[in-house]
Amino acid sequence: MPFMARITPLEWPVLRQLRSRDSTGRGAAVTSKKTRATKPRTDDADKVVQSICPYCAVGCGQKVYAKDDRVIHIEGDPDSPISRGRLCPKGAASEQLVNSAGRQTKILYRAPHSREWEALDKDRALDMIADRFLEARRRYWQDEDEHGNPLNRTLGVASLGGATIDNEENYLIKKLFTAAGAVQIENQARI
Amino acid sequence: MAECHPVGFQWVTEAKKRGARIIHVDPRFTRTSAVADKHIALRAGSDIVLLGALVNYVLSNDLYFKEYVRHYTNAATIVSEDYRDAEDLDGLFSGYNPEDASYDPTSWSYHSRSGQEKVEEPGTEAEGEYAEPEEYGAGGPSLKHADLAHDDTLEDPNCVFQLLKRHYARYTPEMVEEACGISAEDFAYLAESMTQNSGRDRTTAFCYAVGWTQHAQGAQFIRTAAILQLLLGNMGRPGGGIIALRGHATIQGCTDIPTLFNLLPGYLPMPEAGEHNTLQDYTGAIGSRLQKGFWANADAYTVSLLKAWFGDAAQEDNDYAFGYLPRLTGAHGTYQTLERMLRDEVDGYFLVGQNPAVGSANGKMQRLAMSHLKWLVVRDFSLIESATWWKDGPEIESGELRTEDIETEVFFMPAANHTEKAGSFTQTQRLVQWRHQAVNPPDDAQSELEFFHELGKRIRARLADSDDPRDRPLQALTWDYPTDEHGEPDAEAVLKEINGSYVSGPDQGKPLSAFTQMRADGSTAGGCWIYTGIFADGVNQAARRKPGQEQDETAAEWAWAWPANRRILYNRASADPEGKPWSDRKKYIWWDEKEERWIGKDVPDFPVKLAPGTKSDPEAGGPEALAGDDPFIMQADGKGWLFAPSGMVDGPMPTHYEPPESPIDNPLYGQQSNPARIVFPREDNFLAPSSNQPGSDVYPYIFTTYRLTEHHTAGGMSRFLPYLSELQPEMFCEVSPEFAELVGLENYGWATIISPRSAIEAKVLVTDRVRPLTVGGRRIHQVGLPYHWGTGTDAVVEGDAANDLLGITLDPNVQIQGSKAAQCAVEPGRRPHGKQLLELVEQYRRRAGITVETGNRRLTVPYGESEANTEEEG
Repeated sequence: MPFMARITPLEWPVLRQLRSRDSTGRGAAVTSKKTRATKPRTDDADKVVQSICPYCAVGCGQKVYAKDDRVIHIEGDPDSPISRGRLCPKGAASEQLVNSAGRQTKILYRAPHSREWEALDKDRALDMIADRFLEARRRYWQDEDEHGNPLNRTLGVASLGGATIDNEENYLIKKLFTAAGAVQIENQARI
Repeated sequence: MAECHPVGFQWVTEAKKRGARIIHVDPRFTRTSAVADKHIALRAGSDIVLLGALVNYVLSNDLYFKEYVRHYTNAATIVSEDYRDAEDLDGLFSGYNPEDASYDPTSWSYHSRSGQEKVEEPGTEAEGEYAEPEEYGAGGPSLKHADLAHDDTLEDPNCVFQLLKRHYARYTPEMVEEACGISAEDFAYLAESMTQNSGRDRTTAFCYAVGWTQHAQGAQFIRTAAILQLLLGNMGRPGGGIIALRGHATIQGCTDIPTLFNLLPGYLPMPEAGEHNTLQDYTGAIGSRLQKGFWANADAYTVSLLKAWFGDAAQEDNDYAFGYLPRLTGAHGTYQTLERMLRDEVDGYFLVGQNPAVGSANGKMQRLAMSHLKWLVVRDFSLIESATWWKDGPEIESGELRTEDIETEVFFMPAANHTEKAGSFTQTQRLVQWRHQAVNPPDDAQSELEFFHELGKRIRARLADSDDPRDRPLQALTWDYPTDEHGEPDAEAVLKEINGSYVSGPDQGKPLSAFTQMRADGSTAGGCWIYTGIFADGVNQAARRKPGQEQDETAAEWAWAWPANRRILYNRASADPEGKPWSDRKKYIWWDEKEERWIGKDVPDFPVKLAPGTKSDPEAGGPEALAGDDPFIMQADGKGWLFAPSGMVDGPMPTHYEPPESPIDNPLYGQQSNPARIVFPREDNFLAPSSNQPGSDVYPYIFTTYRLTEHHTAGGMSRFLPYLSELQPEMFCEVSPEFAELVGLENYGWATIISPRSAIEAKVLVTDRVRPLTVGGRRIHQVGLPYHWGTGTDAVVEGDAANDLLGITLDPNVQIQGSKAAQCAVEPGRRPHGKQLLELVEQYRRRAGITVETGNRRLTVPYGESEANTEEEG
């Protein structure tokens, strides 16, 4: 067992203290083999990427560590001139945003009048939503107003977004909805 | 700020270490107050009295930054003689129309140099054709031209400076004491701190969050701060400004590249039916060719956007497909859409990382409206309350809804999180930061990028053979984005489209590097003009990550800020009119005589070769018309606006009104509340009687809502996480010891808080952090409510939702609801459940004599010929 290793005079604590310049005896001189063998979990990562915290809009830098396509750790990015490596309680908890048990990763469907969720295949779900989108668009289509001015729009579909989704995503949402004539798009910025 | 933006607050702490004075003005004492030099508690909703009194203090003590004000603001500009101030009309401005509770802003216009013709917005020649309120926030407020009359002595009684002086003359320290509950001593400390820390050598900054925006006149709160900062010379300078602290990661990006009904990317407005039938009508209305600054080039930005979206289908002979865009006919905001849902006029609703069942005002209306939908798509990480209201929402418990009766189909579509996709956030300081992807999303989870791209593909496939003209925009849409093996579109390809590129000419296909390269002739495409340059040289500039420790304090090589990687807007104002830094200490951008250009620590926010002494050419328009001392290059006259001749729908200068629900009378005017506010007089949105009306004493207390460090807005990203739920497990209310004594509340006991909309229960925290104030000679009690909790069965922790208490009344400029000051009653103990809960709320309403009229009659002073409508509310 490691701690049973033979003690030699050279391992005498005072000598260790002097040798490692640990004058108060609270650093390297007194670490156990077990402590020395402890590795940060980030050592096991096969990938580290620079990211940004998804909570508030300060924009703290994050380093996301992953192993086998799974996030294993998230910590502050010391390179960020905004956050200098710090994260608040929310940012520090963001690994749970990825891995917590409460996360729902499968599509669920609730049929009219039903008391329960049921499973639904992704392809089928997307087809159903596309069909419903076009039907709602058709039902509430308006070509022009009462004075004959063009309206070219539908009021049958609406969207309310959070504001933690990416610029590129917002861009596609606005582009698609506008081309479809759907004007009732809103997000957290209104709230 | 220490509560809700803790890591940003480290810079406040750094400033304090270097000698900055920190003053925290907030109804409650927080972690910010704990480290500030001073905490000043004010009555929620009284901010314009306080800020207006600071304006008055600066003007009446002659403490304004004279050179800055004279050169860089519109202080000297002469306003129309037809203008009448709120001081003259007991709280109204000239131009109020009681019929539709809106203003005709013609009399607020500038006089032109000839003194004959008023400068109006384009399109206002014909009576009644004013820019619609929902266009504000888009573009910049326009002027027909910039040839304006001035009085550089600032003595003309109709110049902006004098109007400002008169308008705020009654906003005194005594008034602050009466209206805000702030002592004369505290006011003096605040006023002296600000003025002593402004000027050539020093600057003062404001930081605010939704404590200013969520009011029936929130935009005017911020305008008042802008006036003060202009008077003190604190705009466009390091350590100055007004900093919005946004609560969602990319809420700035969500307005720049907007998922908002009234905007197109880059603050271009959505076209209005009848007003903007052609491209020319539209771009002319955004910015006249003869006004100053960069909005005069709105046609280049618009055509480039249309080219980005509709590609070859956008040609000169079809107005660049301008006709493909849908038209607005008034406001189509989230609360107007809510009303349509309740009338069964909306079939489908997408919730994309948003939880309105908990996070929006009047939660019951939100949940009931969703029960009227045919289908609902919820895209989120967890089963948030907006996904499960049909089986475990409060209305199921109360019996107002029965699961079996609800027809709504609900699709829960799991979302990829920030580590599972690449993309950019635009943070609160306009900084666009790229995130790299770490892992692939699990199971069915997908990004919004993939979901909406895929939805678009399927919609387009179904319409591929259609010859219906309404389907033409979808058929013509540029929608081919490269995808990876999992179907995820390449986010950088989308960012490149946003940046823009040359469509024709020798550089065809190459990315644009600046929006000044955009043309109105179809030769350039670009999805959001203010983001042009983010992909300059074919490089993703938002992904730049030169470590902060290797850069100066501007850190210009970390990510990319719009526009043009500028870190401080309007930074021309950091130099004096001759182009020299105001002081060595505050040196930032200056004119280099030798090089004949602007240089400094940042990208100059000014035409780089425009010399300081250049005179304005009134005949020219656009950037070429700017004078060497016109730092506010997005304003139609190049000046910072102390007085807004256009652009605000409820008055050219901020004026104090009481919140729609207030236990006190407006101490300044007969007009009690904002006369142009947007009201929703409905039986599911009752308001409490204000102040002197009968029944007001039934709801005698003010409640205000706020956030906690450990939770995120409506809880979708925090109440489902064990760590954060453990840190803040329970809904609570904060009350003062005096209030606890008055009502009979016990620390750690329960309280029931009742508004005319609903009643909720909360654990009681008796604390000195909330203090009663003496306002208008009365003791006013405030109840603090965090709003993160909701009732359901899937979150780690649940609790009653504070937003269920709120009614819906909107700011007319920006359509944002008031959430920060409303009236309530409080009883000790837990609330009843089921039918008894509804009966309790109804009982209180009956005692107060509430009808749908209560609190919703906007005009409360006699005005013009509207005598018939002028009796008091209620």
